Amino acid sequence: MIPAKFEYIKASSVGEAIDLLEKHGFDAKIVSGGHSLIPAMKLRLATPEVLIDIRGIAEINTITEEGNELVVGANCTHHELTINPLVKEHVNVLAQAAKCIGDIQVRNRGTLGGSLAHADPASDYPATVLACDATIVVQGKSGSRTIAATDFFQGLFTTALGEDEIITAVRFPKVTKGTYQKFFQSASRFAVVGVAAVKDGDGVKIGVTGVAGVPYRATVAENAYDGGSSCAVHAVDGVDDIMSDHFADEEYRSHLAKVYVKRALEAL
Amino acid sequence: METFIGKPVKRREDARFLKGAGRYTDDIKLPKMTHSAFVRSPYAHANIRSIDISEASKSEGVVAIYTGADSCGTFGVPCGWQVDFKNGETMREPLHPLLAKDKIKHVGEAVAIVIAETLEQARDAAELVQVDYESLPAVTDARKAMEPGAPLVHEDWPDNASFDWCIGNDRAAVEAALNSAHHVTEMEFRNQRLAPNAIEPRSYIADYDVNAGKWTLYTSTQNPHLIRLLLCAFVLGIPEHKVRVVSYDVGGGFGSKIYHYTEEALLTWASKEIGRPIKWTSDRTEAFLTDAHGRDHVVKSKMGFDKEGKIVAHLTDEYCAMGAYLSTFAPAVPTYLHGTLFQGVYTTPLIHLNVTAPFTHTVAVDAYRGAGRPEATYLLERIISKAAKEMDMDPAELRFKNFIPPFDGVNEPGYQTQVALQYDSGNYPEVLKRGLEMVGYQDFRKEQEAARKNGKLLGVGISTYIEGCGIAPSAVVGSLGARAGLYEVGAVRVQPTGKVSVFTGSHSHGQGHETVFAQFVADKLGIAMDDVEIEHGDTDQVAFGMGTYGSRSLSVGGSAIIKSVEKILEKGAKIAAHKLEAAEEDLEYAEGKWTVKGTDKSISFGDVSLTAYVPHDYPEGLEPGLDFSSFYDPTNFTYPFGTHIAVVEVDADTGKVTLKRFVACDDVGNVMNPMIVDGQIQGGVVQGVGQALLEEVVYDESGQMVSGSYMDYAMPRADDIPMIETDRTVTPCPHNPLGVKGAGEAGAIGSTPAVVNAVVDALAHLGVTDIQMPLTPQRVWKAMQN
Repeated sequence: MIPAKFEYIKASSVGEAIDLLEKHGFDAKIVSGGHSLIPAMKLRLATPEVLIDIRGIAEINTITEEGNELVVGANCTHHELTINPLVKEHVNVLAQAAKCIGDIQVRNRGTLGGSLAHADPASDYPATVLACDATIVVQGKSGSRTIAATDFFQGLFTTALGEDEIITAVRFPKVTKGTYQKFFQSASRFAVVGVAAVKDGDGVKIGVTGVAGVPYRATVAENAYDGGSSCAVHAVDGVDDIMSDHFADEEYRSHLAKVYVKRALEAL
Repeated sequence: METFIGKPVKRREDARFLKGAGRYTDDIKLPKMTHSAFVRSPYAHANIRSIDISEASKSEGVVAIYTGADSCGTFGVPCGWQVDFKNGETMREPLHPLLAKDKIKHVGEAVAIVIAETLEQARDAAELVQVDYESLPAVTDARKAMEPGAPLVHEDWPDNASFDWCIGNDRAAVEAALNSAHHVTEMEFRNQRLAPNAIEPRSYIADYDVNAGKWTLYTSTQNPHLIRLLLCAFVLGIPEHKVRVVSYDVGGGFGSKIYHYTEEALLTWASKEIGRPIKWTSDRTEAFLTDAHGRDHVVKSKMGFDKEGKIVAHLTDEYCAMGAYLSTFAPAVPTYLHGTLFQGVYTTPLIHLNVTAPFTHTVAVDAYRGAGRPEATYLLERIISKAAKEMDMDPAELRFKNFIPPFDGVNEPGYQTQVALQYDSGNYPEVLKRGLEMVGYQDFRKEQEAARKNGKLLGVGISTYIEGCGIAPSAVVGSLGARAGLYEVGAVRVQPTGKVSVFTGSHSHGQGHETVFAQFVADKLGIAMDDVEIEHGDTDQVAFGMGTYGSRSLSVGGSAIIKSVEKILEKGAKIAAHKLEAAEEDLEYAEGKWTVKGTDKSISFGDVSLTAYVPHDYPEGLEPGLDFSSFYDPTNFTYPFGTHIAVVEVDADTGKVTLKRFVACDDVGNVMNPMIVDGQIQGGVVQGVGQALLEEVVYDESGQMVSGSYMDYAMPRADDIPMIETDRTVTPCPHNPLGVKGAGEAGAIGSTPAVVNAVVDALAHLGVTDIQMPLTPQRVWKAMQN
């Protein structure tokens, strides 16, 4: 549990972090809460030569209301998202998802941006950002851009984030009603299945994490939604990369996805 | 005067533990100490083609690197128990090398040790050791290991068997009784492999003193004297009187720290080579890969009943994995600690157990909390509950029909089982009766029926266990293959001021000996607990010891201390008689003083103590001093028993099991400290629930461990467990001075089948008759679908 040697640099601004990222390229990794990267480094599964710490950058640690959106800074900790009044009022589903992450020690360190950038397929936020139709705000050498949640997750631990880019914020459209329902893996407490459901006029938007290699919107179920929960049977329709491990094989995971979409719709 | 036995005295140890002030091995920093890291095999079975340490040797801070090619490569750690084949062939016992030389036999086996100035440097250099492996097919499953053509773990022998063994009545007689039985219940299952998971990983510091020519080994062990004996006489061939083994605070063991591990011997050897102290502390990954595991039995069993539901015969065949090498107690676990419990608490007249113990390409299996007895109890308590369902009887009623009637071991003799043991004393119906009352069994059945109508799945499961503790009479275990005696040593040294130092060969790694031992010593001497100090864990302080396991500390270690206390009082009486100018037989000892009966003439314990060390006015011919050491070798095992009852709810949609209630009515004989007994029961129950619902070491086909971290190995957490409701009956042990039976393992032995019985009960109306442990949501859900 001793990481390989690395250089540690504390960035004081997003601009400085991006400069450092450009300078060190492949050898560098951004760290914020460190709750995904540091364990991997301790097992020497990850051996970056340079760590660029963005934890102290205050400009991406804010939560603000902008019209119909809530802009949540990437550096906000999971714990902050569980208690922030603006989050609870406007995107409560995000607060619910944050509350399901790890334990209080993890929630006090881990951040929204860090979790999204890591893109663990069993992490909790993807379901929520998908269901909310959130946009991920990223900044790189060539400036700032936004990526739709549906375009952001590309594979296991793979995102649309460019090599020189850092997530700075996530823009959540305000939600009238939403819920996050999770079936915990008994060892890791990651999601075997995590379902976020958000009211969208008469319709519903459903984000699913933990089930497939890439978190997804359960669009077939969304389209079949009739105000009840019977559309949950379509929770995995069209999904071809359902994960399997010794806790949950493909059959059981698919079944759980249906159960949890149903539970989410009933909780709406 | 305040007395302490039977009272919930708060644990003395806890102040330092809670304040982070414990003295664990890894806390110790010696001058000039080096650090070490191991290079371990990523393969389960492989030839080592070459090891290149040239780059690593040049790495910053490296002091030395050793491989199996060095002289340490000739040493191996021994097994402490021999179980020969049924046909008389000697147990196959491979050399367990300190470092693998040519061949790898399990993932995590060490091939090199890197010693450096800092831990970071040791780890960095270990990364640079280049090992060229030729990967080979592996076998990790006990039954598959015995199939023809299975990859051989040790090529010296024609198959993977280490030994086979049987116990009980003649097999043909048992089979005949089964053939003519009114009803036969059958079961096939796996008692899955578990990782022990002590919170403190193994940690060692070996320190060779060049000037004195002596070694000190600081080690997180349950068993300091035995480690010294094995290390000196059986591994390194170094003189025992020049080795001190120290084991201060140890953060849990659960069996896994009984054994002598290769790293202890290797560090001891290497510290002389480099003339400096060396520390190694396992990380959690290494703990999963290299600490001895528990359980791993593949079981096939039949139990026959007559028309009334009386058990007529029980036949079981098992494959019990040993792992790649034989760990210290490994052969005893599926045999003498297991088969001897097949009587359970029942009058079964015919019993036969046959065990085959194969090597597998995995880390060794050895005793883990309960050691053989949880496996026996799981089988008995599951098969009886299954039989009850098949015969349409209530599982409690079937147990009452088959219980051994109560006996106290004094007026009524002990109960002679069909499987070698004689139970000391027991009242088995009473604990079940109490357990049923505690849980409100009849009312629950009504609640269950009503809940089912609403689609809610509730179940109740009963387990009525017995276990054998207080190991053990040396002559008995010697005849069964133990290569050591299993007595204990207890010394009582009264200081001139009347303060008392107690030295015990038992070892506390969470049990609370410093409190409990002081409680009864203070009471027996009639002095304050504050005047009694308990010392353990240092071979230079305590004459000898056999360590702590098998719930033996109080019944064996405590009895040795009592013997010394009696010697102190006997000698003290001579001094008191002299001072009081009375005859010894006219004295009585109470509340810390000797009094001449019927008078107010008395002398205190303190005054007698001072006289013993300042013997100016002293009995003629009597040696000065008040200091005695005693060995206690028990005459029998002790047999705690009890009833555990679990109430569960199963989520019909997901298969997730929620433990709603857990009731434990145990009988551990006399109780010294009820708070500690309750704590032991609760902790054991949680480990047993862990086996039932959560825990499993999983190796894949190639021998990789896929559950080697807490991301994949599920441990029970506080929120998985309801308040455990405890009660007890007291049936004293008739053959030790405190009348105690032991409480360390009972919880883990009784609880597992109660939980599984409850889940199967919840799903019985769906046709579910058995589910493999651990009862993960997936397994439960799939059972419900079939």
